[in-house]
Amino acid sequence: MNTTPLNLKQIAADFRNRLEERRVIVCAGTACVANGALSLIDALVKNITRAGINVRVDTHKEEKKDLLLSKSGCHGFCQMGPLVTIMPENILYTRVKADDAAEIVEKTLVKGEIIERLLFVDQTTAKPVKGSNEITFYNRQKRTVLKECGHIDPEDINEYIAHDGYEGARIACNDMKPVTVCEEVMASWLRGRGGGGFPTGRKWQLTLDQPGAKKYVICNADEGDPGAFMDRSVMEGNPHAVIEGMMIAARAIGADEGVVYCRAEYPMAVKRMRKAIADARSMGILGQNIFGSGFNFDVNVMEGAGAFVCGEETALIASVEGKRGMPTPKPPFPAESGLFGKPTVINNVETLATVPLIIRNGAQWFRSQGTAKSPGTKTFALTGHVANTGLIEVPFGTSLREIIFNIGGGITDDRGKPMPDGFKAVQIGGPSGGCLINEHLDLPLDFDSLLDKGAMVGSGGLVVMNKSTCMVSIARFFMQFTQNESCGKCVLCREGTRQMLSMLDDIMAGNADEKTLENLEKLARAVARGSLCGLGKTAPSPVISTLRYFRAEYEAHIFQKKCPSGQCKALTTPEINPALCKGCTVCAKKCPVGAISGELKKLHKIDVEKCIKCGACAAACKFNAILGV
Amino acid sequence: MSDIEKNTVTINGMEVEIGDERNLLELIRKAGIEIPTFCYHSELSIYGACRLCLVEIEGRGLHASCSIKAKPGMVIRTATEEIREIRKISVELLLANHKVECPTCPKSSTCKLEELGRRLGITEVRFKKTNIDYPKDFSSDSLIRDPNKCVLCGDCVRYCREIQGIGAIDFAHRGKNTIVSPAFGKELAKVECVNCGQCAAVCPVGAITVKPEIDKVFKALDNRKKMVIAQIAPAVRVALGEQFGMTAGDVVTGKIAAALKRMGFAKVFDTSFSADLTVIEEGTEFLNRFSKGEKLPQFTSCCPGWVKFAEQYFPEILPRLSSCKSPQQMFGSLAREVLPGLYGIKPEDLVIVSIMPCTAKKFEARRPEFSHGDIRDVDFVLTTQELSTMIEASGVRFAELEPESLDLPLGFKTGAGVIFGTSGGVTEAVLRFAAEKVTGRKLENVDFHAVRGEAGLREATINLDGKEVRLAIVHGLKNARKVAAEVKAGTSKYDIIEVMACPGGCVGGAGQPVSFADGTVKRRAKGLYEADKMLQLHKSQENPYIIETYAKILGDVGGKKAHHLLHTSYQSRRRITEKGMPLLTGEGTDKLQIKVCVGTNCYLKGSQSILKALTRDIESRGLSNEVDVQATFCFEKCGEAPNVMIGDQLISRCTVEKARAMLDAELKKLSLKATTVVA
Repeated sequence: MNTTPLNLKQIAADFRNRLEERRVIVCAGTACVANGALSLIDALVKNITRAGINVRVDTHKEEKKDLLLSKSGCHGFCQMGPLVTIMPENILYTRVKADDAAEIVEKTLVKGEIIERLLFVDQTTAKPVKGSNEITFYNRQKRTVLKECGHIDPEDINEYIAHDGYEGARIACNDMKPVTVCEEVMASWLRGRGGGGFPTGRKWQLTLDQPGAKKYVICNADEGDPGAFMDRSVMEGNPHAVIEGMMIAARAIGADEGVVYCRAEYPMAVKRMRKAIADARSMGILGQNIFGSGFNFDVNVMEGAGAFVCGEETALIASVEGKRGMPTPKPPFPAESGLFGKPTVINNVETLATVPLIIRNGAQWFRSQGTAKSPGTKTFALTGHVANTGLIEVPFGTSLREIIFNIGGGITDDRGKPMPDGFKAVQIGGPSGGCLINEHLDLPLDFDSLLDKGAMVGSGGLVVMNKSTCMVSIARFFMQFTQNESCGKCVLCREGTRQMLSMLDDIMAGNADEKTLENLEKLARAVARGSLCGLGKTAPSPVISTLRYFRAEYEAHIFQKKCPSGQCKALTTPEINPALCKGCTVCAKKCPVGAISGELKKLHKIDVEKCIKCGACAAACKFNAILGV
Repeated sequence: MSDIEKNTVTINGMEVEIGDERNLLELIRKAGIEIPTFCYHSELSIYGACRLCLVEIEGRGLHASCSIKAKPGMVIRTATEEIREIRKISVELLLANHKVECPTCPKSSTCKLEELGRRLGITEVRFKKTNIDYPKDFSSDSLIRDPNKCVLCGDCVRYCREIQGIGAIDFAHRGKNTIVSPAFGKELAKVECVNCGQCAAVCPVGAITVKPEIDKVFKALDNRKKMVIAQIAPAVRVALGEQFGMTAGDVVTGKIAAALKRMGFAKVFDTSFSADLTVIEEGTEFLNRFSKGEKLPQFTSCCPGWVKFAEQYFPEILPRLSSCKSPQQMFGSLAREVLPGLYGIKPEDLVIVSIMPCTAKKFEARRPEFSHGDIRDVDFVLTTQELSTMIEASGVRFAELEPESLDLPLGFKTGAGVIFGTSGGVTEAVLRFAAEKVTGRKLENVDFHAVRGEAGLREATINLDGKEVRLAIVHGLKNARKVAAEVKAGTSKYDIIEVMACPGGCVGGAGQPVSFADGTVKRRAKGLYEADKMLQLHKSQENPYIIETYAKILGDVGGKKAHHLLHTSYQSRRRITEKGMPLLTGEGTDKLQIKVCVGTNCYLKGSQSILKALTRDIESRGLSNEVDVQATFCFEKCGEAPNVMIGDQLISRCTVEKARAMLDAELKKLSLKATTVVA
């Protein structure tokens, strides 16, 4: 047991003391690693050593050298990775390969020159920019939760402490009572970032008020929305923030045990969380009598087996208990009867990572960002037809226009070329959310503004779609996802999503009629109203919202048997545009079924009866002359 | 006064007082509104999956009424336009995914899906047929699984786990592929199912049904060379009437005899006769053990579900089970012994059919211990339900039949043999025997009310001439697991334990007519106690035909012949045997036995490396001939893995070092012993 309380300030000072001026930070988030960040690091070390520079690799090595090479978690700009940041000049090199290492060492590290070809080229100005502070993607964001991600070494607890880490937990332990922690979080108006937007402080207060000595804190890290990776990035980039958030939550409700429930598909997040927990334990930040306050708390990581529904809190609890991950009716809420029947607080990763900032800086500071009822910032995973994709963080109240056109750099076509007037819709909130259109571009985004528009912030997926997107296909995509992931427990979700999927298939195949549309709408309403858990209740949202804003598109499929964006193959007629065809014969040669005929330098024709719409011809045509395959 | 002060809720405009209902659904039903459900059973946990019991609570939206507690002042609507539509859609969705073959489905007249379709006025299904064609599972002797009819309400899953404490079936897969299945998609016969059939009894549709033997019995009846005889189990007589418009508990023994005769059965006997025999054998066995104080507590063995359960989970306590065959099997072996001579027929021409309230009896009749060559002691087992189907198929008008008497000698019973059909009955019957035996005085008051009742675990202490006999009566195998675990742990305080797998005992068996009404099982039990009262004899030892049977055929109670005909033995059904896999077998004689568990837990905690290190050590030290090394499974100390046994020392949380030290110590002991022997 600790007799002398831990001195965080001393640890921070020691760390800063060791810190070199010169530092190379290589992003080692999942995407950058997949693109070769690790071999890049090896190459850099080799070249730095060869250049005679005394290098220390990884911050947690104690000795002081001339140069520090460290790994960081995700910067959010995954599309441009692997990313290399050079401090103190704050140079950001993008899409760096191991082969570039020699040049970086020779020119930048030795001579102090900037390598222009490795800089990011701003879409709008077409000019290379030096550092992240000059890139629109970054400088229009407001990073608080993600602030340290991409900078600090996620595997070094000292660096986290050097950035005021665990100060919030210390304050909560030494200077606050459980009830005052709850009150502070309540006063901050922090709302759950996992989708529901339930006030976190109230959840804690409810759990604190429950009788019983044994309580649990669960960190919901079962991020499952397709395309969303906010929580993963936080865990990979700043795992200690999550642990600190859990400690504060535990202190607030009187829990002594915590579980991080992370999907097994996030091996790096699991590894970093486990290391962070082990480091915190060995330093005495987790364990008995923390900060000499008498507060005991420890955390374990549990890997989920990969069911989307386990993100639903009661299913998650069942899974932790070793049961099949199926939701149970609420009430009872986890606050009353959660893990092993004990009062339990479940918060998502981002929520928990926000908590230390509130305790450190105060509720008033937190409320100074964002909107009155949705204060603070929110991370989003921005994907789809935008120039800059990746992880972003903006204050609540930011408009979609700002996110898509400024941070995202505007709409692109299917091949990534700018498409200035191409905006059609944005799907927000993943498979549980809905789509928003042109008229919503200036809507300030927050928990409440979206609800009556048929969408929700959800966990923060943002899929931008251009005008070539078929909205029926989009609805079908998400419906397929929820049907696959339905736990199979309640009739409306299991069978309802299956039937909706089949109706959408009929619509896309030209086999639907007026009745299909009527039944689809009725069924969607029934599933939304009657399902057991959040997954089922929100499963019809993509259908309901696309029907609301793109009904004409559905009707075109059903009544005219046409897909306006030409995506639904069953409804298109293959044809060759006479104005564009040069008679090069490539398409005829590529066609596997011999459906295309024509003489050299003359207009070619497709035999519609023979054509199987495989698309080989269109892919081969250099003149974009083939349509409808 | 407001509703809150009045402790009432408003249901469809009607004020209803809140009582001790467990949930809103029960309150609404109490108010006379029969809200439909698939997955709600008062004895099971709340599941909330069928969504049929949705109601609108003002200010709170739609909620499943099964999972909400009534709160004063709630304003509830049970059948708004929206709710009606959701209910219809739910049932249509189920129908779209259901193999609809109603006229030929065994569940036809009692199917809830069929009933709900009618009640909700569904005349057409708006959705496409979606069912996947799964193969049926015919592997079990007792049950048939047809996943194509399953509505995934989970009633069977919860019954098996929560009441029987087994979990032989559970949900697997996700989305449209969700299915209720034994583990790893195995056949039901290959898993831990004890054939109690309660899954089939709670199944609202025809997804799990009883495996019928009707056709085989009809065929035997039509074979003129065969003499077909029947034995009727006690619990059948108080339930069959329900199928023909009578009340649960009405005793219809005489009508059954009349019906069977009309269908071509040559003789109709009574399993209560062999139950009387069981009382004498089992009672004597108990008194022997009790006086010697060995193999106690004695467990009853008449329930085949319980016997298989014990064989699977508690092989250690099998010696404590009474070695008596069940009444069904005692009847079978005695009938085979006696009847061919009595009627002058060849043994193979005698066809013995039992009529049972039970599905596990089908499994029991097929246990290899109960066959001699090709001939089984009991050829066919019909459930109460199957008998009613046969009666209907034969065109016999059951309700109008005049009762007829059962045949002698195997149709004569005392009340003790009749009450066997209810939980506590076996115990009471044995007490009526044991009391007279121990005291040597005539027992005047035969009713042992202390052992009667409904609780799943009941205790009683009976004073037999100064000696206290401590009894326990359990039904529902989850309760049985509790008492068996105590026995295994050595903490049990009982002398005799009666176990019935089905709640209520045999009257609640899964072969009985389907009834979702409360109190049915209780009324059947009452019927049995009344039948006991109506008989002149209440003690098995007074049954003149039993006395005669011992005199003419069996000889002494518990004697050689009796043992041969009336007793049996049990086998461990542990999936993992204690037998290890020999890895190194020494050639020496007095060898040290080394067993390393390589089960999942021990393996994960590194038993494999201990095994390797030890083997290497042994080989390099030239000890190969002094030891046997085996890889084994499970010392049942998984929490303290890895486990290694060297000699008779079990080392939990073993390490290579600990194992080496123990190996040296044990080898030393062994060599010391060897030297002593030589010296």
